[in-house]
Amino acid sequence: MTHISVTVDGTTYEDEVEPRLLLVHYLRDRLGLTGTPIGCDTSNCGACTVELDGASVKSCTVLAVQADGCEVTTVQGLARDGEWTALQRAFHERHALQCGYCTPGMIMAARDLLRENPHPTPDEVRKGLEGNLCRCTGYQNIVRAVLAVAEGETAPADQAASAQEVTA
Amino acid sequence: MTDQAVEREVGRARLRKEDARLITGQTNWTDNISVTGLLHLAILRSPMAHARIERIDVSPALERPGVVAAFSGRDLAEGLGSLPCAWPVTEDMVLPDHPPLALEEVRHAGDPVAVVVARDRYAAADALEAIEIDYEPLPPVLDLEDALAEDAPLVHADKGTNRAYVWPLATGEDFEAVRQRADVVLKRRYRQQRLIPNAMEPRAVVVTPLAASGEYTVYSATQIPHILRIMLSTVTGVPEHKLRVIAPDVGGGFGSKLQVYGEEAVALEVARRLGRPVKWTESRSEGYLATHHGRGMIQDIEIAATREGRLLGLKVDLLADMGAYLMLVTPGIPILGAFMYPAIYKMDSYEFSCTGVFTTRTPTDAYRGAGRPEATYAIERAMDELAAEVGLDPVEVRRRNWIRHEEFPYTSIAGLTYDSGNYEAATEKALALFGYDDLRAEQRKRNERGDPVRLGIGVSTYTEMCGLAPSRVLRDLRYAAGGWEAASIRMLPTGKVEVVTGTSPHGQGHVTCWSQIAADVLGVPFEDVEVVHGDTKVAPQGMDTYGSRSLVVGGSAVHRAAEKVVEKARKVAAHLLEADEGDLGFKNGVFSVKGSPEARKSIQEVAFETFTSHDVPDGMEPTLNADHVLDPENFSYPHGTHLCAVEVDTETGQTRIRSYVCVDDVGRVINPMIVEGQVHGGLAQGIAQALYEEAVYDTEGNLVSGTMADYLVPSAADLPDFVTDRTETPAANPLGVKGVGEAGTIASTPAVVNAVVDALRPLGVHDVRMPCTPERVWEAVRAAQPEQSSEASRKEASA
Amino acid sequence: MIPPAFDYARPTSLDEAVRTLAEAGEDAKVLAGGQSLLPLLRLRLAFPELVVDVGRIPELRGIREDGDTLAVGALTTHHDVIHDPLVRRHAGLLAQATETVADPAVRHRGTLGGSLAHADPAGDLPAVVLALDAELVAVGPRGRRTIPAREFFADYLQSTLAPDELLVEIRVPKREGWGFHYEKFHRVAQSWAMVGVAALVRRDDGHIAEARIGLTNMGATPLRASAAEEALTGAGDAEAVARAAQSAAEGTRPSRDASASPEYRAHLARVLTKRAVLAAAGMG
Repeated sequence: MTHISVTVDGTTYEDEVEPRLLLVHYLRDRLGLTGTPIGCDTSNCGACTVELDGASVKSCTVLAVQADGCEVTTVQGLARDGEWTALQRAFHERHALQCGYCTPGMIMAARDLLRENPHPTPDEVRKGLEGNLCRCTGYQNIVRAVLAVAEGETAPADQAASAQEVTA
Repeated sequence: MTDQAVEREVGRARLRKEDARLITGQTNWTDNISVTGLLHLAILRSPMAHARIERIDVSPALERPGVVAAFSGRDLAEGLGSLPCAWPVTEDMVLPDHPPLALEEVRHAGDPVAVVVARDRYAAADALEAIEIDYEPLPPVLDLEDALAEDAPLVHADKGTNRAYVWPLATGEDFEAVRQRADVVLKRRYRQQRLIPNAMEPRAVVVTPLAASGEYTVYSATQIPHILRIMLSTVTGVPEHKLRVIAPDVGGGFGSKLQVYGEEAVALEVARRLGRPVKWTESRSEGYLATHHGRGMIQDIEIAATREGRLLGLKVDLLADMGAYLMLVTPGIPILGAFMYPAIYKMDSYEFSCTGVFTTRTPTDAYRGAGRPEATYAIERAMDELAAEVGLDPVEVRRRNWIRHEEFPYTSIAGLTYDSGNYEAATEKALALFGYDDLRAEQRKRNERGDPVRLGIGVSTYTEMCGLAPSRVLRDLRYAAGGWEAASIRMLPTGKVEVVTGTSPHGQGHVTCWSQIAADVLGVPFEDVEVVHGDTKVAPQGMDTYGSRSLVVGGSAVHRAAEKVVEKARKVAAHLLEADEGDLGFKNGVFSVKGSPEARKSIQEVAFETFTSHDVPDGMEPTLNADHVLDPENFSYPHGTHLCAVEVDTETGQTRIRSYVCVDDVGRVINPMIVEGQVHGGLAQGIAQALYEEAVYDTEGNLVSGTMADYLVPSAADLPDFVTDRTETPAANPLGVKGVGEAGTIASTPAVVNAVVDALRPLGVHDVRMPCTPERVWEAVRAAQPEQSSEASRKEASA
Repeated sequence: MIPPAFDYARPTSLDEAVRTLAEAGEDAKVLAGGQSLLPLLRLRLAFPELVVDVGRIPELRGIREDGDTLAVGALTTHHDVIHDPLVRRHAGLLAQATETVADPAVRHRGTLGGSLAHADPAGDLPAVVLALDAELVAVGPRGRRTIPAREFFADYLQSTLAPDELLVEIRVPKREGWGFHYEKFHRVAQSWAMVGVAALVRRDDGHIAEARIGLTNMGATPLRASAAEEALTGAGDAEAVARAAQSAAEGTRPSRDASASPEYRAHLARVLTKRAVLAAAGMG
């Protein structure tokens, strides 16, 4: 067992873990943070994408011990005081999810994409999301949602708290 | 409240009620469920395609830390019957036993042989390695034609054959006679590769027992909680009324969760034995072996036509890969396609035959479209071949054969009555959006200059039968259940509404759409409607979600139930207003007396008055609640025209989709945003079959494309933007809807492959096997002889 | 999905890491970013007794100039390689090829050193460092040694690193004025290169004066297309390049797998070499 201290969505946890424990299992099974799902065992689907010290990672491909001393942000930590981020709103408004299983990872990957490239072209969005698979949407509305945020059609993430109520 | 005008909901792009939880991670996937004392199952699977189990000893696993129990198939045999097949398509169909854990033989790589129960999933996975098992290899059965040979090794030795069934259909004139008088006879062989459905949520099941009363709650990532409950009761002997099945949040299905799986039965049995709650969750790679596959057919198609390109007859012979066992609807999948080969075309003769073949591979069953994509592929590919043969544009050859809009309702040669449609309108719209003539001009230029990157244009004019299904038709097809759907509307005392549906959504947006339907009929705000589903205790009656049936059958049932509520409310309102029922109008949720508009009662007020029941009509049951179980009278028949332009790099064989246009007629639209999303997703899956995906087996029967790294599910970077549009001819059902879940998948595969072949046709290529990988394209170009005569024969034909 | 159990050490200095590896012997695995190792562990294709996590050794991370050479710390992530101005300026080929590795999330964790030590011939970066004539610096109990890229890749998934050696630095000669291009051929964005061609070209007076071609996935190790390199010398137009590229598959031994036959891979090597060189030479 190895001692770790990890801050997840703002809360710091101290735990003894087996070194082999995957970060995603730590989040789900130990912390009960089941908002981050698992979709594959080969690092392909990206459903488990979270942020580790501000950069997107596939939490199935990180050991919990590797996250020792780090900050993890999951989809459950995005909304502030019940206000969704711009990406969450855009996913809703553009119908960028159906079953929703890929959505947490897709949103986390899209955050990373926009951080690195705030004004991407449609092709850059597609390329930037290549590590996240969706089986429902055909991706078109996901691309639209990300572009909508980039183009300011939805309030940017840092202004989420003051954003207006979204209507149909 | 009473004066509030309620906007008409149906037809609006309402944002989904489902989203809030899904985008914030407040989900309830089956694997999220945790209860006190939960134990974890891990399943040991056969590494071989076919073998006899000589010896199995699970006891060493018990020595491993954290292990609570371990069972072989024999250990559990007493409590577990054979897994069900609900569709014996012929009277003499061969139905082998299918034990949830293998007993004597394993018949496909991944066939489960033992289960370990441990305190956590890590301990369970570790303990699998301790199980001792000796296999005596048996010959794999992989080739569909070889499997039918006299001396072929058998998948099920006790059955004496690998032939599961032969299912024939012949209508119209004798095909032989039609062939005799045809100018053109074309025979083609197409292969439907096996596909792995890949719902993003892997399967999972949790069973919580209440030992004292013998009750069990089964949570499963399933499309079919209601069917599962009945079938699990049959398999395990737990009485149906002691079983509660819940489909919590379910992350996609595409047919793969329309199944009664061994793991569900094993989990229930283990929970019964141990009196402890248990959970099993598959890993993706495990699912590739254990979750049923789709497609897997050899299609021999023969068309007879005139030299003007008019179809005279069609003959189809299928060899369908059942895999190792017949699962819930395995044998029926190709039969669903049997009626769709004639598609939108008129002809004099149709002959069909399907032979189901056992192989030592993962069983096949429903995958998005289920039989209909295969049929559409074969006929749409063949129509392109006919066009080439008689020197017509592929669109023109279709135009010469399709049912004209004024001919509806039209009974197809296969015996289906298409209630509505307008193929001309959809095609004209699609051609215009696509810029068909310009692309053809560019194609000619590229061909003339010998551009190594060729342009290809593919068309697919499809129809499908969905809205499964009229129960009597299902009887005639020997399906073991009906095709009705149930809905209940509960008017709550405060005027809010609960809609209980027997459909079981897993991404389709039923909560939103059913709210729209109910809100319109009841005249209540969209926000005031909640939809309850997926729990046999709460929604006791249902036939679940598959086959683009939910809206057509289930949505219609909601509509009817809501109408019943209004009729009951009308009685109460009339009584309260001291008016004649016939004098009451009902608009935007308000009853008012004709001629005296101040005399009015809202449906919410009526709901409360009915709740108190202080003053309801004599003899009236004091409730507005209403149920409706709707058995559809016909299938529904969406249709459309899809056009695809591809650029094929003849040097590398790489295909790139340049543009994709589809115009679909799915009847009346409840929510255009959701319809568009369904089309997008369907297109992605159909395109993936055309270009990327294939379950590849080696000669030993191992699944070579055994992980998501090897089986190529396309990402956003691999797919184009789609242009989607619609035409609308209302269906002859209460809502006028046709269903949209499968349309995109059905139509797109032939559109893409037709485009690839169209690009290469001047080089002498007539077919590329799916998926059209770069290597297959390159091989096809290498093997082909340039078709010098194509221009000449075109002139000849048009002369 | 569940890795087998292993012990775990997280040295905080290079010395400690080397000591730990030396003590552990053959049953230890080095964990850098984990993007190659964790997939192997999850599918239970590797069973190390000890995993030595070198991810917290600061001296292994970062990029600096060292005269005519760019020294890239083995732990530098793909993401950092792509965005580093020095790399973009002096080793554009490395930056360009690294952009094609896996996906953004994997590139945040995966490291250059880890990719090379994994020695997967289907990986993009081995062929690139081979084309760049880079040197790989290893440290072990016997000290520090420099291994030319040509001698680093021994066999499929096998480098010439000893079990107790750690790859610490990749030294890339600056290539001012060279044109470059990495041409990767894969079926979907996520899949491994069916074939990849890393081309470096120096032009002189409109002709190719020198060419270096690294081949991805054309054998058990990354390979140089030496015959094509030679044939390219002096090529002055697209036709000459195409002719020279015909020898790109000479001496290669591509494998047969579910995604391609050896014949097709050889064909691709020729086509992609032509394209990569034309792009690198600005002749496309």
